[in-house]
Amino acid sequence: MERVPISTHIILILGALFMTLPVWVAFATSTHAPETILREGLQFWPGPHFFETYNEVLFVEGGVMKKVTATTMLKNSMILGVGFAIGKVIISMLAAYAIVYFRFRLGVPLFWVIFMTLLLPLEVRIIPSYEVVANMGLLDTKAGLIIPLIASATGTFFFRQFFKSVPDELLEAARLDGASAWGFFIDILVPLSKTMIAAILIIMFVVGWNQYLWPLIMTTKEENYTLVIGIKQIYQVLNEGGELPQFQKAFALTILATLPPVLVVLIFQRWFVKGLVESEK
Amino acid sequence: MAQVELKQVRKTYPNGAEAIFGVDMQIDDGELIVFVGPSGCGKSTLLRMVAGLESVTSGDILIGDRVINDVSPSERDVAMVFQNYALYPHMSVRGNMSYGLKNRKMDKAEIERRITDAAKMLKIDKFLDRQPNQLSGGQRQRVAMGRAIVRNPQVFLFDEPLSNLDAKLRVQMRIEIKKLQRRMNVTSIYVTHDQTEAMTLADRLAVINEGRVEQMGAPMELYSNPRTLFVASFIGSPAINLIPAKFDGTSLIAGDMALAGFSDLPTDKDLVLGVRPDVLTVSDEGQFSINVDLVEQHGGENLIYGSLPSMVSDAGDVQEICLKASQSLLPGLDEKMTLAFNPEDAFVFEKDTGARLK
Repeated sequence: MERVPISTHIILILGALFMTLPVWVAFATSTHAPETILREGLQFWPGPHFFETYNEVLFVEGGVMKKVTATTMLKNSMILGVGFAIGKVIISMLAAYAIVYFRFRLGVPLFWVIFMTLLLPLEVRIIPSYEVVANMGLLDTKAGLIIPLIASATGTFFFRQFFKSVPDELLEAARLDGASAWGFFIDILVPLSKTMIAAILIIMFVVGWNQYLWPLIMTTKEENYTLVIGIKQIYQVLNEGGELPQFQKAFALTILATLPPVLVVLIFQRWFVKGLVESEK
Repeated sequence: MAQVELKQVRKTYPNGAEAIFGVDMQIDDGELIVFVGPSGCGKSTLLRMVAGLESVTSGDILIGDRVINDVSPSERDVAMVFQNYALYPHMSVRGNMSYGLKNRKMDKAEIERRITDAAKMLKIDKFLDRQPNQLSGGQRQRVAMGRAIVRNPQVFLFDEPLSNLDAKLRVQMRIEIKKLQRRMNVTSIYVTHDQTEAMTLADRLAVINEGRVEQMGAPMELYSNPRTLFVASFIGSPAINLIPAKFDGTSLIAGDMALAGFSDLPTDKDLVLGVRPDVLTVSDEGQFSINVDLVEQHGGENLIYGSLPSMVSDAGDVQEICLKASQSLLPGLDEKMTLAFNPEDAFVFEKDTGARLK
């Protein structure tokens, strides 16, 4: 292997430290008693209260919130992340399929309309979206949390590009083989898009997991909180004062919130990279 | 098995571009017809119209006695082999071959029987569980043919199926396709731009040029009796020698040569004399002489290329003449050779219309 100059290593190590140190500090601090943190500030080395803190956060009602445990919030986040990702993949695949394979009037302008929504952040349409969901009676439901978010310009764009690179002869061969429009989609396109689907699922899971504003205005009951909302709420509790601030729990919750996306990316990274770089059809 | 008939078939694209100008054709049961022509001549379009992948603007296409203009591709009872094979990359060979049959809701045992038969015939029975990307080009081509064969269609359509293969494999597959077609006796249409492939495969050839059938007939008929300049120049390898000429009432004038033996030709038109390389002979009493530029030794025969010294165009291009000779004839460069041909074996075309006059 080629010898890499030592300076390269130093830069990389510094970069890695810079990125991971805050996470480490959060973890280390979460294993200390609240008094220690209040007295001495952030901690760089693990303390003796790991099991106590995490047990309380995860399993004891009233440990972090008044009613729910972190386990419930983890579950809510999981449902949001997975539903969000799967919904986006399904909707954007179907949209891209229609745009690429069906010659209908205004197909191209419609695509550009979809594409242009990429430029608009969720915040722009958050009031009207809220209004629609509220009128449908979906406030504080999982469906209301997920469905308004699953239309995806990014996903549609990626799948459109991918479908365009699939040779036309495959469609023609399938037509001669008697495949219906639906049959071609399910039997040929979906299996061909496997790695692409995996990549988009992963990206979208992380995006869904990290949703903050929408779950915040959509959920009013504690049992529907996601982890990200939970973190926000716990800081609010801290600020209201009275008791001893439970910083270690806030840090523990943060660590818990980062774990699933990290695990998903680690486990699926081979697929993920393949999906992004693969050109073989 | 069926006849295929094309009646005044036309194709105009929505943007107004015309691809096919009224093609009439009758293809008999079990016949192998080759569409041949330069790229962009419309041969593939015509094939795809038969397959149902392109719509028919006007006219009728019949398979058997059924008009199939508006019948969906899968119900036309045709099977097609594509140039780039178009195998489903994620399915095994077996999956590729069975997909069309499954869509027809065919009985499982029957599907299996057909796949086994076709695989044996094509010698791909060892690869049935492999993915297409684990196969070589020739094997993929066989799978593509297998996919067509299991359908047991009335008509086979081949769209330049061999052009992605190397030269040796191409010859081998060509022979196999011919044998297979003979054995199965299924009406077939084969599109190619390679005239050797066309000549060797076809029962009858249709030479297509700019959306029209220039001439249709048995390969040798087209070779020895071309109806137009285009057909004469397209069929035959090495290509026919074409020499601009005029008729002065008694002999054909080309450069400073006066060639006797021609009669009844118009004197007021530009003509083109066509002489095949294999009817030229070396003779002291020859009609014209050339300066040898190049000799290609092909083993069994030599191709001698030379220029006519008297005919240099304004742009300075020389008139090249090719002669097919035996391997023993090996002239040196710039050597002068005198050539002769029997006027009976030569063709004369009108330059502007391309029509054959003699």
